Amino acid sequence: MTSDAAIRARFQVIWPGFSLDIDLDLPGRGVTALFGHSGSGKTTLLRCLAGLERQSIGLLNFKGEVWQDNARGICRPTYRRPLGYVFQEASLFPHLSVRKNLDYGRKRVNGGHKVSLDHAVELLDIGRLLDRMPDRLSGGERQRVAIARALATSPELLLMDEPLAALDMKRRNEILPYLERLHDELEIPVFYVSHAPDEIARLADHVVLLAEGRVVAAGGLREILARLDLPTAFAEDAGVVIEAVVADHDETYHLTRLDFPGGSVAVARRPEAIGRRLRFRVHARDVSLALARAEGTSILNLLPATVVEVADADTPAHVLVRLDAGGTPLIARITRRSHAHLGVTPDKAMWAQIKAVALLA
Amino acid sequence: MPSDANFAAIWLTLRLATIATAILLIVGTPIAWWLARTHSKWKGIVGAVVALPLVLPPTVLGFYLLIVLGPHGPVGQLTQSLGWGVLPFTFAGLVVASVLYSMPFVVQPLQQAFEAIGVRPLEVAATLRASPWDAFFSIVLPLAKPGFITASILGFAHTVGEFGVVLMIGGNIPEKTRVVSVQIYDHVEALEYAEAHVLAGGMLLFSFLVLLALYSRKGTSAWK
Repeated sequence: MTSDAAIRARFQVIWPGFSLDIDLDLPGRGVTALFGHSGSGKTTLLRCLAGLERQSIGLLNFKGEVWQDNARGICRPTYRRPLGYVFQEASLFPHLSVRKNLDYGRKRVNGGHKVSLDHAVELLDIGRLLDRMPDRLSGGERQRVAIARALATSPELLLMDEPLAALDMKRRNEILPYLERLHDELEIPVFYVSHAPDEIARLADHVVLLAEGRVVAAGGLREILARLDLPTAFAEDAGVVIEAVVADHDETYHLTRLDFPGGSVAVARRPEAIGRRLRFRVHARDVSLALARAEGTSILNLLPATVVEVADADTPAHVLVRLDAGGTPLIARITRRSHAHLGVTPDKAMWAQIKAVALLA
Repeated sequence: MPSDANFAAIWLTLRLATIATAILLIVGTPIAWWLARTHSKWKGIVGAVVALPLVLPPTVLGFYLLIVLGPHGPVGQLTQSLGWGVLPFTFAGLVVASVLYSMPFVVQPLQQAFEAIGVRPLEVAATLRASPWDAFFSIVLPLAKPGFITASILGFAHTVGEFGVVLMIGGNIPEKTRVVSVQIYDHVEALEYAEAHVLAGGMLLFSFLVLLALYSRKGTSAWK
C-alpha cells in the first residue's frame, strides 16, 4: 500500500429500504470529503469507519492495522479504535465542564500524547471557555470544544460528521477558519461529511461522492469538480476550484494578481501578502467562451483554453464545457445555441472569459 | 407520643423500605437498562410483567407469593433445601414481596431516564475510548441521577405504604412483620383511635412530604 491509499475500507450495511455497499482506497493524509445528498450513506460510512454501525460487515485496514475483518471474525469496538469523532450536533457531556469534557477522552488514552491539550485548546481558541458548563456556550463554541475534545485524544484518524450543519451562517463562518487551520496543521487523515459544496471547496483535498449507498466517484478535489459526468450532486453548482499564489498587488486599480499553472486572474485587492496560497472557485455559470480574444470588453480575466469535452447541463437550454487552460481545468456553462453557433468541439482552441471568481479563504 | 409497639412498627417499616429500595435499585437498574435499550420481542412481555403490581390487587400478588414461597411451592422447596426455611411470615419474605410489589415504581422512572439519555452520549463516550461499563458509570449514572432519585423516593414510599401484600405474606407478627400500616389496622380494630391517629397522621405527613419533595424537584437539573 502506498501512503496515498493507506486506508482500505470495504463495507456492507443492509437495512430495509437502504443499503450501503462501498469498496474504497482512502488517502492516509489530508482532508477527504464524503459528499452526497442526505440519504446517500455518507454518515453511515463514517459510522462504519468508527465501528459505531453494529450491522456493518466488511473490512477496514488502517495503515496496515486491521480494525475490522468480519470474514476473520475481527471487529475492534469503537473504544479500541484510535480515532476522534465530531458529531453533527453538540455532543458535549452536559454534566461536565468544558475542561472535564476535554479531559474525558484524554485521560483514557494510553501512551504519549502527540497532540497536547494546550495545543488543541489553542488551535480552537477555547482557552477562556474552560471553566464553563456546556449549556453556557453558543452553538459554535460547543462545536469547537467538541473538535478540541476529539483532538485531545491524539487520534490517528479524525472523523467529522457535518460539524457545521446545525449552525447558522454566522457561526459557520466563525468555525470554518478553525477547520482550515486543522487542515493546515494536522498530519492525520480527516474524513469530513458534508453536503455543502462551498465547505468542501474550502477544506477538502480529496472527495468521495456518494449516492444511494454507492461510491459514484472518488479522487482529488480538482479532478472531481472538473468532471462533467457526475450526476446532480454538483449540477446546479458546477464549477472548479483553483489553487493559486498571490503574485502581485496593483495599488493604482486596487487589484491583486493570482497566478496558477496555466495563467493568472485579477481580483479585487486582497489583504494577503505576496506568496500566500489561496483557493478560489470559478462557477461554470461565470465562464463564457469566445472564438478570439475579445477586444473592448470590461471582463478582465481572459484565458486561452482548449475544449476537452461537452456534456449536458442541468437544463436542456445549456451545456457544460470542460476546458483545459494550460493544465488548469475550467468548466463553462453556455447555451446550447452558442455551443452550436461557435462550433464548440473537443480540441478546439478558445478563449474563456471569467466574469467572477469566488475566493475561498 | 408513639408507644413502644408503635416505635417497633415504625422501625420495622423503615428497615423494610430501606432494604427493599436498595435491592430494587440493584435489581431494577439492569432491568430498566435492558428495557430502555432492547429491540427484543420480549420487551413487551417483560415490561408488562414488571408493571403488573400497578394494577393487580395486592391480595392476588400476596396469594401467589404465599403459594410459591410456601413449603410446597417451588421457591419454598428450594429455600428449604438450602436450609433457609420458608419465607412467608418472616421479615425476609416481606422483603421479597416488597421488592416485587414496588418494582414498577423503581424500574419505570429509571427506564424513562435511560430512554431520555439516548444512545448518543454512549457513542460519544466510545469515541473517547470509554468501554461500555466505563461509559455507564461515568456518563449514564450522572445523567440519570434525577431518575435514580425519583425511583428511590417512589420505591421507598410505596414500600412504606403497602398493606395487602404484607398482610398476606407477612401476617401480623410484632417486630417481625407488623409494619406501620398493619399496626394502624390493629389499632382501629381494637378501637384505639388515639394510637391510630398518631401513626395515621404520621403516614399522611410522611407521604405528603415525599410527594412535595418529588414535585418541587421537577424541572430543576440534577447536576447543578
